[in-house]
Amino acid sequence: MKKYISILLSFSILIVSGVLSADTLDTVKSRGKVRCGVNTALAGFSAPDSQGKWVGIDVDVCRAVATAIFNDPKKVEFVALSAQQRFTALQSGEIDLLSRNTTLTLQREVGLGLLFADVIYYDGQGFLVTKKSGIKSAKQLNRRTVCVQPGTTTELNLADFARNNKINLKPVVIEKFSDSVNAYIAGRCDAYTTDASGLAAIRTTVKDPDAHIILPEIISKEPLAPAVRQGDDKWYNIVNWTIRALVTAEELGIDSANVARIARSSNITQNAKRLLDSELAGQIGLTRSFAYNVISKIGNYGEIFEKNIGVNSPLKLERGLNNLWTNGGLQYAPPFR
Amino acid sequence: MIVGIVLFFGLARQNLVDNLEQRNIATGFGFLANEASFIVSETVIDYEPSDTYGRVFLVGMMNTIKVAVLGSISAILLGTFVGILLLSKNWLLRNICYSYVNLVRNTPLILQLLFWYMLLTEFLPSIYDSVSFLGTVFFTNRGFYISSIVIHSSYYWSLGTMFLGFGFAYFFNRYANRHHDRTGRELPAFTINFTIIIILTLIPWAIAGFPLNISVPVFVTPDFLGGSNISPEFLAIYLGLTLYTATFIAEVVRAGIVAIPKGQVEAGSSIGLTPMKLLKLVILPQAIRIIIPPLTNQILNLFKNSTLAVAIGYPDFVSIANTTLNQTGQAIEAITAIMIFYLSVSLLVSLFMNWFNHKMRLVER
Repeated sequence: MKKYISILLSFSILIVSGVLSADTLDTVKSRGKVRCGVNTALAGFSAPDSQGKWVGIDVDVCRAVATAIFNDPKKVEFVALSAQQRFTALQSGEIDLLSRNTTLTLQREVGLGLLFADVIYYDGQGFLVTKKSGIKSAKQLNRRTVCVQPGTTTELNLADFARNNKINLKPVVIEKFSDSVNAYIAGRCDAYTTDASGLAAIRTTVKDPDAHIILPEIISKEPLAPAVRQGDDKWYNIVNWTIRALVTAEELGIDSANVARIARSSNITQNAKRLLDSELAGQIGLTRSFAYNVISKIGNYGEIFEKNIGVNSPLKLERGLNNLWTNGGLQYAPPFR
Repeated sequence: MIVGIVLFFGLARQNLVDNLEQRNIATGFGFLANEASFIVSETVIDYEPSDTYGRVFLVGMMNTIKVAVLGSISAILLGTFVGILLLSKNWLLRNICYSYVNLVRNTPLILQLLFWYMLLTEFLPSIYDSVSFLGTVFFTNRGFYISSIVIHSSYYWSLGTMFLGFGFAYFFNRYANRHHDRTGRELPAFTINFTIIIILTLIPWAIAGFPLNISVPVFVTPDFLGGSNISPEFLAIYLGLTLYTATFIAEVVRAGIVAIPKGQVEAGSSIGLTPMKLLKLVILPQAIRIIIPPLTNQILNLFKNSTLAVAIGYPDFVSIANTTLNQTGQAIEAITAIMIFYLSVSLLVSLFMNWFNHKMRLVER
């Protein structure tokens, strides 16, 4: 009996001491790896390639953060998460960073206790239908069946869309992404709805991509951003300024190919100098050359975009809203000074 | 020991509250009054996205109960039937039943559910070229569209008078049994009861002038109008649970029958009972006492297995609570609600079955 009590007591103590230490950077450094939550398989954002290596824009954000800390893009442990698991995994401390095509919303910051960094990809929700169905506009979805994944903003937008337009939609809600897509392909649903980038990704995986079209309507704003837990401002700054370094580099015309030359150049601009040799980085626990390391090993924002989801990738997405502000887009990083 | 447990849970709870507070995560059941704002594909009770999370929880519970009740009834019927056939003297029947039991019992249920769902969505024709049976039932990969009877108010009265009939049958059976004990003569209780129940049921309907309005599904692009739809999600979970649980029930029934001493059967035969009467009067009344406790377990298993519905998109309680969990982020509350619901329904079922078991036990004289 005494043995049981002592076991129970030691369990309680274990749990109490299990309170997460507030300093994520220390935890990450002592572990030697960033634990990053990513999508299980969404082409262009995060999916394992044929060699089993994770690729995608979300994955590169994880690698950029790891490079900023360790100067080594390999020091990431990827944790594949479903839409339903992602927030609990971050809240419980199983991952340090959630980079999983997640929409920034008020509820997720105030209700879930998360903080979102700068937006990686400005997206919006659309519909994928078969050409055969003859549907030309989302307004024609009255009395139609739509496949959707649960626990997403997509699911809520779909209900809003139906209510606003007074149309009657029947959702089929399947948790696993691949099962959900399969139900659409089998003809269980007339349409599949998710973010437009996700629809483009699905089109690359179906047997006959030309048999499917994406409807013109975009029914929501989906700013996709990485998230961290509240309460650790230093860690939030590390993630956020790493992303800003990527965008700033593109704005300054610095990429993985020319970064070494520019850094050594005698007529380097003051802006480029402040980015590549940051005097303030030490304040958040990074080295002066963190941005240099990230750009030389991962590339700038534009490079990451084009490689994973750009017009020359299988997803063939235009820069659109995700162009730099100087090119008429929304990507705008605050100054490094 | 008790102090240890209390201390353990107390500390765990305090730790949880501290952690949640530290991370600015909302807590409490207040969210139940907020608007759910997501659509649920099929509901037993009325539901709109403008309803509250509390309401959508109720919707999920009703969906779970619907599949569990229908599944239990068909699993018990099929299981009993197969269980008796497992002891049949017919080689072919017996072995067909054995193959079914062993095949279905020894594969994971989740695979079977996915199999049924795939069968229903991939192999049935699309809604545009549905196959119909006599123009009243349409088979498509979006489920079965069946003709349905439009409810008339007199049907509720009929339902009431039908229960009156059952009440009569209960007392008449008791009287008939006493009569049999006293005189040794059997009254045709079943025929009389059956007739009375039918007549009582028909009276309100006849008074209302036999209203009968059948709604036949008609295809008007892009969907059927009228009739009712049985979704492939429901069909898959219902079929899967029924066929899976029936195999275990069949074994329980078989075991219950085999456990009856051979002397009972021989004694019954020796007084000239026909095989059917032997089953009804000697074997089943004794077997049922052995069957009920393990049968309870199987019903509870079916109920708990219904949570696998989430894999094929049937909006059961777990699926809806999970969505709520995700939309509100209140994991602890949602999981607690799931646990409380399954625990209380399971306890209620076992209480009922225990009472039933107590009632059916052998009365020693």
